[in-house]
Amino acid sequence: MAVILDILVQLGQLLLVLLLAPLLTGYVRKIKAHLLRRRGPDLIQPYRDLHKLLRKEVVLADNASWVFRTAPYLIFATTWVAAALVPTFATGLVFSPAADLIAIVALLGSARFMLALAGLDVGTSFGGIGSSREMMIASLAEPALLMIAFTLSLLAGSTQLSSVATYMAGPAVGLRVSLAMALVGLVMVAIAENARIPVDNPATHLELTMVHEAMILEYSGRHLAVIEAAASLKLLLYLSIIGCVFAPWGVAVAGEGFAAYAASLPAYVIKLAAGGFLLAVFETVIAKMRVFRVSEFLGAALMLALLAALLLFVSRGT
Amino acid sequence: MALDVVLWGVLTLFATGAAAVAGARRGSTSTFVYAVALVVSMVALCMAVWTLLVDPAATPTVSLPIGLPWLGAHFRLDALAAAFLVVVNLGGATASLYGLGYGRHEEEAGRVLPFFPAFLGGMNLVVLADDAFTFLMAWEFMSLTSWALVMAHHRQPGNARAGYIYLLMASLGTLSLLLAFGLLAGPAGSYTFDAIRNTQLSTTVATAVLALTLLGAGSKAGLVPLHVWLPLAHPAAPSHVSALMSGVMTKVAVYGFVRIAFDLMGPPTWWSGGVVLLFGGASAVLGVLHALMEHDLKRLLAYHTVENIGIIFIGLGLGLAFAANDMRGAAALATTAALFHVFNHSVFKSLLFFGSGAVLRSTGERDMERLGGLIHRMPYTAFAFLIGSAAISALPPFNGFVSEWLTFQAILLSPQLPQWVLKFLVPAIGGLLALSAALAAACFVKAFGITFLGRARTSLAQDARETDRLSLGAMFVLVVLCLVAGVLPAYFIDALAPVVQGLVGAQMPRQSAFAWLTIVPIAESRSSYNGLLLFVLIAVAASLAAYVIHRWASHASRRSAPWDCGFPDASAATQYTAGSFAQPIRRVFGSVVFRAREEIDMPQPGDSRPARLHVHLHDLLWDTLYAPVAKAVGITADVLNRVQFLTIRGYLTLVSGALVALLVILAVWQ
Repeated sequence: MAVILDILVQLGQLLLVLLLAPLLTGYVRKIKAHLLRRRGPDLIQPYRDLHKLLRKEVVLADNASWVFRTAPYLIFATTWVAAALVPTFATGLVFSPAADLIAIVALLGSARFMLALAGLDVGTSFGGIGSSREMMIASLAEPALLMIAFTLSLLAGSTQLSSVATYMAGPAVGLRVSLAMALVGLVMVAIAENARIPVDNPATHLELTMVHEAMILEYSGRHLAVIEAAASLKLLLYLSIIGCVFAPWGVAVAGEGFAAYAASLPAYVIKLAAGGFLLAVFETVIAKMRVFRVSEFLGAALMLALLAALLLFVSRGT
Repeated sequence: MALDVVLWGVLTLFATGAAAVAGARRGSTSTFVYAVALVVSMVALCMAVWTLLVDPAATPTVSLPIGLPWLGAHFRLDALAAAFLVVVNLGGATASLYGLGYGRHEEEAGRVLPFFPAFLGGMNLVVLADDAFTFLMAWEFMSLTSWALVMAHHRQPGNARAGYIYLLMASLGTLSLLLAFGLLAGPAGSYTFDAIRNTQLSTTVATAVLALTLLGAGSKAGLVPLHVWLPLAHPAAPSHVSALMSGVMTKVAVYGFVRIAFDLMGPPTWWSGGVVLLFGGASAVLGVLHALMEHDLKRLLAYHTVENIGIIFIGLGLGLAFAANDMRGAAALATTAALFHVFNHSVFKSLLFFGSGAVLRSTGERDMERLGGLIHRMPYTAFAFLIGSAAISALPPFNGFVSEWLTFQAILLSPQLPQWVLKFLVPAIGGLLALSAALAAACFVKAFGITFLGRARTSLAQDARETDRLSLGAMFVLVVLCLVAGVLPAYFIDALAPVVQGLVGAQMPRQSAFAWLTIVPIAESRSSYNGLLLFVLIAVAASLAAYVIHRWASHASRRSAPWDCGFPDASAATQYTAGSFAQPIRRVFGSVVFRAREEIDMPQPGDSRPARLHVHLHDLLWDTLYAPVAKAVGITADVLNRVQFLTIRGYLTLVSGALVALLVILAVWQ
């Protein structure tokens, strides 16, 4: 009975992230519009977009192969599973031992691998430009993320996100230089991975600067809807990771009962809202950079993460 | 029993090789040779698996009265040998199955068939050898037979040079191992491994042995900077032999290193771990960067072997460092990671070479810039290659990820190491490992995307046909193994437990005992991974999404010209090429590592020749390490060349001068 209840809570999180993700995207757009003194679309506009796209027919390029047609579902599934394994409102959910932080990073890598292949499938120059740049960005962002995972796990003695969140909420953690560097690095990686300004612009089809949009240029209808949902899920996932590690307050522990969940859910939503707000502000005040400056931006993130881990390696143990 | 069966099998392989010399011109010989090799490899594989799983404690030995008269030939099958025997014979069996189909179209059958079974037999013998003489004989036999296979197509441009460099490096390696065994045996000259195990080494001798072993086994495995022959020689051989060389022979080299460094040398020292880590880290990153710059499909795969050997050596180096500090559990974790990666790499590298062989056969082309769109013409090969690419890029839920994940877990245990050098070194190596994993994904997006996706760039790719069923069978066996080892790693880790117990004196906790087949290297609260659950979740989520959308939203689709932002171009030349795909990464990393330089050749107005972009890359290791040596040898040869054309007076003067000089030296010496 307890196991069934645990699984139900886990399924609840699966549904929660899926339902919240478009709202988060809509919210960030709304804040950005307000900051530009526009009224902006409704909060629920992303749901309408998804609904519209889902009902439309798919226009496939002549030589699109099965990779092109299956990739959206695989990308969506991997991202969804990864997002469901990150602690959101509760830690220690029943599936969370399946993947630690390293495995979650690798799951996102799987999704990116499929997306980059889908970009190359039709054989257009824009698809290629997107895939090539995405893999260049990933070649720096992924090691940075792994080094951040190293830093956190050295502190908490675990790569399991649940344990990390519990440790960060506990009294043992103090103000640490490593943590600050890891936070800055993580935010930089999150910006790059989610194709936000200054690395990429999610709202543009300006040929020479786009990365993510270039890869999905040939997608339409339900395929595009599924990919957009995956992108929203990825943003939610990164904000959840940052939230559960660096703002671990008000997170329930699995098995505490529904009263605890009822208290931790609003806390989670508030954290997402705060994260989304900061993201919107940051995107508004900064300018898009040239593609080959991105390597410097992410190189800095990688160096920060490496330094953070190195400091801990040296200061830990005897 | 198991050992006898395997030795009889090796004898059968040698006999088959000899018989193939006689019947090389007949068409049926090919089928006969590969069928025998397949059966023998399968039997040996079963024996090895049985030894490893059922009876790892029994270490049967056999000594035969061949070889040196006072020594004889000793063979022994312990858990370590059994584990590598599995790798050798799994690779041998799939390569033979592939060869049954692929080898039928071999033009130079007489140059391949006699050597293929002999090569397999040689690799088996290296793993079974229990004295230094037999080991070195088998090692050299393996080198020479593989050299003969590299030279099978010796008239193709570049292959002769590849064979020449391979022969030089192989000789250097064997020479180093010969000296290493000489030092290990000590002045008493006891060459059986049992006697060597009981010999105590002084620090100086141990240092020399480790250096010589790294040189000998490392050059065969392809450790940077001894890798130069590998990307030349592996692609030159027929594809199933390339698979054997890259997937299996490099593992036999790893076996040589493990046997000497972990088993024969006695307790390790911490700095030996540090040195191995350094070479491993350098190999991992340089290997994958070279692979990214490469447009030849088979050479790209060969460079990737360098990367994976680096990952294996990172695990082994950690194992040595932990074992030296008596951190047994951590040493067991690191060594298990390395050995599991040995198995995994042999599986997916064989698979990828088989795939590239299928492409080569149906198009006659290895250059990715002239391929493209093969997924439409060769769907099964494309699927197999895709799975292999995902596995080698360390993507869950496939097997490559599990062994890299275990290596990361071992790295995270290293702050407890007391040595400061290691405290600084290990996180840096961890960073390099993370970098190489990300770059590997980029590299295989390129390899698969440019070769199999997009539009056909030449008529060769346009007219490609799917390869034969037997070759496909061999590939799909390996595809299944990639997935099985990825989702059920617990059983593989448990199978390696007796091996690791023998090497470092501890083993990982029994993995198949944990609930839901989760793997837990140290403790549940610390880290855990469940490939099976991830695989099931992804499969269910993807099917559910597809079902729900097709059922309730829309399932209509229509074909049309590509959109491409409104400017679709009919020419396939407008696609991204391998060179353009790698360009951003070349700009970021290549300017330092390769001193990459781009040169734009823009014709003057009115000039009708096309504009060109030239890219210049330098292999700095070749330029600094090998080119000066080659140059010195050349200069010396030029100087000595004059001696060949003296007059008779000149020769008489030379001879008497030499005689006088020697007498003077002798007189001074006395």
